[in-house]
Amino acid sequence: MHIERPEGLDEALAALAADPHATLLAGGTDLMVEVNLTHRRPASVVALRRVPELREWDERMIGAGVSWARMESGPVTGLAQLARTVGSPQIRAVGTLGGNLGTASPAGDALPWLAALDAEVVLASDRGRRRLAWDEFLLGPKRTARQPGELIVGVQLPEALPPHQAFAKVGVRQAMVIATVNCCVVRDADGATRVALGAVGPTVRRARRAEALVSGTVRPSAAVLDRFEALVREEIAPIDDHRASAAYRRHAAGVLARRTLERCWS
Amino acid sequence: MIVTLEVNGEPCAAEVAGFESLLWVLRERLGLTGAKDACLQGECGSCSVLLDGEVVCACLVLAADAEGARVTTVEGLAGGSEGELHLVQQAFVDAGAVQCGFCTPGLIVAAAHLLETRPGAGDAEVREALSGNLCRCTGYGAILRAVARAQSQATQGGAP
Repeated sequence: MHIERPEGLDEALAALAADPHATLLAGGTDLMVEVNLTHRRPASVVALRRVPELREWDERMIGAGVSWARMESGPVTGLAQLARTVGSPQIRAVGTLGGNLGTASPAGDALPWLAALDAEVVLASDRGRRRLAWDEFLLGPKRTARQPGELIVGVQLPEALPPHQAFAKVGVRQAMVIATVNCCVVRDADGATRVALGAVGPTVRRARRAEALVSGTVRPSAAVLDRFEALVREEIAPIDDHRASAAYRRHAAGVLARRTLERCWS
Repeated sequence: MIVTLEVNGEPCAAEVAGFESLLWVLRERLGLTGAKDACLQGECGSCSVLLDGEVVCACLVLAADAEGARVTTVEGLAGGSEGELHLVQQAFVDAGAVQCGFCTPGLIVAAAHLLETRPGAGDAEVREALSGNLCRCTGYGAILRAVARAQSQATQGGAP
């Protein structure tokens, strides 16, 4: 195995230009599990933890190398809530936002928040930068639009973050658990509401009809919330797997969406 | 390739082959068998070490990427020449927080880090800080009592 350990973004992009199919290593919490348990053996690795530009975080952009631990103690409500549910302190110390995007698990915990925000993914190569909407970037389970030679630099956030954000997740225990279903609801100051759910389809998805029903300045009544739950269940495509049945996921998605929506009104 | 590290305060160089984890290098190349080799997927925490001051699972650190890092293992916690135990180690002994002992090194590292970084942590914070370390023997009660004992000794200089 060949390893490059660039200490700056330009150096990292040069390393990738020279070896476009190199495997990217950030926190290692996904890649090393494959190395240890499935004996994955990439021919070459570009290790990113020394690249300071990837750890930058300002109002409009969160660097791909920002760790869960920093997100957990950061100023953004929804992001802090979801980061706290990821893995354990050991995982959160090293795992990154960019890693969650790059791995593109259908259950990735940052993905519903990014989808609810309509965030963009910023990619860079030695040829320049491009920005993709979250649903242009996430193509399927563990499939993204990142091209060989490209690096996820970070995510671009909307100009104003929603004042109301809530995230919730269901799994078999509280710590160290991959989401059976996860959900993020955000509500803008003008009442526009967006709902995104993970682990209920090949990629994170938005429940747009449910969003339309509850967007506005009138607090949803119990009858509207019932209808909202039903719409959420219609707009997802869960499967049976070893973690849960499709029927359980469908039920849980409705419950989580209603709960997180209610938190956005409290 | 050769990877240079600072392990428990001592500079060292280890020959590392391709995909070896930091855990493998600590145990098999440097003879430090305190961190345990168990799930190899970051679930159990029995390989917990400090890497540049953060608690991490050594099984998930690619050794080749640890070049230049400062590593503290459970072997590095006990103090000085008289073989005095670390406060947390002594508290685990005193509280009877060890049964089979396999998870103990990882728990000691995580608890020592908590004591160092957040000495006044409340019960919920302690449980959260140890949530990445599994113990299948004790039911955690004695472990939590050991941590409370260590906290009390660290802040008041006396046993509870």
